[in-house]
Amino acid sequence: MSTNVHNVVLHVDDVHKTFGGLHALADIDLAVEEGKTHAIIGPNGAGKSTLLNVIVGRLAPTSGAVVFDGQVLTGKQPYEINQLGVARVFQTPEIFPDLPVLHNVMTPAFAKRDGAYKLHIWENLLDEKTIQEEAEHLLQDVGLWERRMDHAGALSRGDKRRMELAMCLIQHPRLLLLDEPTAGMSRHDTNTTIELLKKVKERGMTKIIIEHDMHVVFSLADKISVLAQGRIIAEGNPEDVRNDPKVKEAYLGGAH
Amino acid sequence: MLGLSAKDTGFLLFVTFLTLATPILLQPFPESSSLAQFNAGYPDLMQRFAIFGIFAIGFNILFGLTGYLSFGHAAFLGVGSYSVVWTYKLLSFNVLPGLILAIVLSGIFALFIGFVSLRRSGIYFSILTLAFAQMSYNLAYSVLTPLTNGETGLQVYGSDPQYLMGEGSPDVPNLFGLVMQDSMKVPVGDWVFTFNVGYYFTAVIAIFVFYISLRIFRSPFGLILRAIKTNRTRLNYAGINTRPYMLAAFVISGMYAGLAGGLLAAMDPLAGAERMQWTASGEVVLMTILGGAGTLMGPVLGAGFIKYFENIFSKINETVLHDWFGALPEPVRDFLIGIISPFVGDGWQLTLGLLFMLVVIFLPGGIMEGAKRIGSLFRRKPSQGGGSPAPKAPVEAAETSNQPAE
Repeated sequence: MSTNVHNVVLHVDDVHKTFGGLHALADIDLAVEEGKTHAIIGPNGAGKSTLLNVIVGRLAPTSGAVVFDGQVLTGKQPYEINQLGVARVFQTPEIFPDLPVLHNVMTPAFAKRDGAYKLHIWENLLDEKTIQEEAEHLLQDVGLWERRMDHAGALSRGDKRRMELAMCLIQHPRLLLLDEPTAGMSRHDTNTTIELLKKVKERGMTKIIIEHDMHVVFSLADKISVLAQGRIIAEGNPEDVRNDPKVKEAYLGGAH
Repeated sequence: MLGLSAKDTGFLLFVTFLTLATPILLQPFPESSSLAQFNAGYPDLMQRFAIFGIFAIGFNILFGLTGYLSFGHAAFLGVGSYSVVWTYKLLSFNVLPGLILAIVLSGIFALFIGFVSLRRSGIYFSILTLAFAQMSYNLAYSVLTPLTNGETGLQVYGSDPQYLMGEGSPDVPNLFGLVMQDSMKVPVGDWVFTFNVGYYFTAVIAIFVFYISLRIFRSPFGLILRAIKTNRTRLNYAGINTRPYMLAAFVISGMYAGLAGGLLAAMDPLAGAERMQWTASGEVVLMTILGGAGTLMGPVLGAGFIKYFENIFSKINETVLHDWFGALPEPVRDFLIGIISPFVGDGWQLTLGLLFMLVVIFLPGGIMEGAKRIGSLFRRKPSQGGGSPAPKAPVEAAETSNQPAE
């Protein structure tokens, strides 16, 4: 904890979340370092998605705070948090099913360029060459360029996820949250996605990944936090976590 | 050109041509033929085509793009009409100040109604807009009588001040002396074409506001409105606050409605509370759905379709039917008339209702979807016969899906 503290971009500070009598999250402290990939793993119901929802403003914590780059995120609207540079890929893809794939990817770029409120009534989409080119480029990266004119609703679940990833990447977020980015993907697609996420890492983007697939976690993560029953039971680099007896018992051993 | 792609410019020119040629295109039957009663090229009806076309184009910006179904747009229609008649009463019969006032006032109204109604979505939004419109209707009918002249309707009296009336100013609606009700009749052979000042005035405005709607459809703003229709959650997490966008769409469509209402009073210097009634709000919903919500041309076609039915089909009464079937033996004639008469004349709404049901069930995309299906039938045939390469078809489909709004 003593090293590189100045590089921490996201602080989760003593966050508690209760639903009625249920302690979904307790004493959560998290420090995500700039440019690193921080994985959060844990058995089903451990509170991983709740934690992510607290970070992006979908849920308000019962107590505690989330601080991103010196700004308190707690109490902010999702669009405000996004405007600060936090993008999220959902467990169930949140996309625009009735719009063509290309427009799906272009839309968040306008939000990034123009802010949350600005209305551009008098521009023509066809003149937005820079945004369109970048969207097409990203679609090539995720392997969906050939399908750019298809309606997004017609894509397979795996393709939707990859498109959603492109929708986040076009915003060049400083922090990218990925909620099981490879769930429901074939082994081949999973590997493509890992390669893609590694590429993103080279660009210096900070990432938080929630993942079940240990192959993905150990290929990508610089640091792992293990969540069980709403608490962080272990934290460290992948090797340490893999060998931690508590983790083996609570998660790796217990689940299999 | 004009900030549009070559394809859209062509489309706009085509629409402009159709609009300007309407007095000729809607007069296909010779005067002496028995089909002459199906001609729609008379000023009053053509003005209605253009005015309700404007109303529907504006409504489509809200409903077609964002999917928010307002059931109260007639309120803005009424505001527009009252504004224009008031400028007649206070200034003069020049329509221009009234139309500007109509757009501004209905915009302010829409800002208020939209601000409140857009706190909810779905059916609750529809009910809120309906409540506001019915409130406006009832206020216009009773409490606000000093402003609206209640039941009688607002009209111009000799005692009105009309401060800007000069010596030679016409005492009917005009644009700097160009009288709206003036027409030029041009007989060509057995056809008579009527070129009416009021129609061309509304037509030019209609083309202009159609152009604005085309620009909105093609803009990032239009893209975000479509995105609101398909997934608001994602927009929120992509950094967009959807409310200002919704409110802007609501106000723009309210201003379109106000302009349409103003034009109604510009053609006929009257304004009544019934213009604000919920049936008028429902009518524009029908027009938009019938033509094809979310398409550019659909609402205009829907408006034309419904107004045509209202004015032409309603004129076919039993006497007309007797003329048509006069040559048939009496039992057959009576049988045919008995079957057809409930659907025509006063029963025109029955036919319209049935047609509406058929369209919604079999062509959910409205008339435009029908046109597209017919178009694709014709496009597929040559590729089968000529043996053109198969991969072309998906590319074409992709191109249309890129621009879903033709």
